[in-house]
Amino acid sequence: MVSVSDDPVLEQARVLAGNVPDPEIPVVTLQDLGILRSVHREGEHIVVMLTPTYTGCPATEVIREDVQRTLAHAGVSDVQVRLTLSPPWSSDWISPHGRQKLREYGIAPPACGADADQHAGALASGSVLRFMPREALTGPACPRCDSIRIERISQYGSTPCKALYRCLACREPFDYFKPY
Amino acid sequence: MGEPVVRAPAFHVEYILRLGDSSLILAQRLAQWCGHGPMLEEDIAMTNVSLDLVGQARLLLSHAGALEGLGRSEDDLAYQRDEPEFRNWTMVELPNGTGPHDDYAVSIARNLMVSALSVPLWQALCESSDKHLGAIAAKSVKEARAHLRHAAEWMIRFGDGTAVSHARAQSALDHLWPYANEWWDTDTLEREAVQAGLGPSLASLRSTWSESIDAVLAQATLKRPTDSPFVSTGKLGLHSEHMGYLLAQMQSLARRHPGASW
Repeated sequence: MVSVSDDPVLEQARVLAGNVPDPEIPVVTLQDLGILRSVHREGEHIVVMLTPTYTGCPATEVIREDVQRTLAHAGVSDVQVRLTLSPPWSSDWISPHGRQKLREYGIAPPACGADADQHAGALASGSVLRFMPREALTGPACPRCDSIRIERISQYGSTPCKALYRCLACREPFDYFKPY
Repeated sequence: MGEPVVRAPAFHVEYILRLGDSSLILAQRLAQWCGHGPMLEEDIAMTNVSLDLVGQARLLLSHAGALEGLGRSEDDLAYQRDEPEFRNWTMVELPNGTGPHDDYAVSIARNLMVSALSVPLWQALCESSDKHLGAIAAKSVKEARAHLRHAAEWMIRFGDGTAVSHARAQSALDHLWPYANEWWDTDTLEREAVQAGLGPSLASLRSTWSESIDAVLAQATLKRPTDSPFVSTGKLGLHSEHMGYLLAQMQSLARRHPGASW
């Protein structure tokens, strides 16, 4: 593998791929979301490794095509976009910059520590939470007014990665990017 | 995800088909709530759960196709096989209701029973000797936990709700309960898979499953149904009378327009 700094084309490919916006949440890029795993050379090819978020996320196919198109448009040819499942993507991989952009866009960023199984299901701890969601104790905060007085409307939202909440302070509903 | 074409033993392929087909067929059942959910949020929730299951099924069926070495794709396996070739558990092919109308309690009770099994199953499969299966499991377990939480919350709300919701939740549970026996009935194929380090037998997860279910039922004030000797046989390719209709609906487009894409 050639190191990126020695290879301007590879460097360019990495920047271009990293800047491709997410098709569902265009305010964040693949780099921000942490789904761009690597860009490297294999023989004549440039290989872009991506990791899918949710297994059924329909954006995955679009992302693959967008990366291919963006690189082709910039004259970087012979590109292979591959998906890798392992290690599994975690919402902890969203960059601080990405989290800030989500918040400004009106989506509460995910609570950290998803990997630590904090959402292992209320069952494991013997307490199924009923009307007060677990996140209410640790986050999220309303992306508009920062209040932590919030309630969950639905565990599933407009895309697989989001839940629907309402702020009890400013009364605005908002999306919450779920820890994964 | 470029895997080399190496023919795997039949038990290996079949073990994965059971998982993949069960995900696919439950996804199809849940997708039938699309546009018919009892409220908008639940319409969206059920279809999101369905979407996760489709994603898992796609990965599993692609993998099974590669291991089989006959050049069959995920779509070939989903759309071009006939009923006896499907290896899903009978429970997941049952309709969303017990009578002429769909009943959300039936779908919730089934999701509870299935996801209470899926969570420890995927967890164990993370350690599979089949590394690709392990990678699929590591993703799927995160999704299964969310499915379990969703189903458990609704089961409690139904059970500890009104007299009508309680009765419907109990009747849904009673209806589905015998179909869990198929999981605990270990056959030769499963024993071979266990031997090869592929994954656990479902019977070995029974006590974990029972604890999860009992915890929910206690809060839901629902009674755990008594066990019966009935054992369904979907995983052997012997399905209920409902399976043919489900496949006809799921496969009609692909069969009428072979190779179509959009």
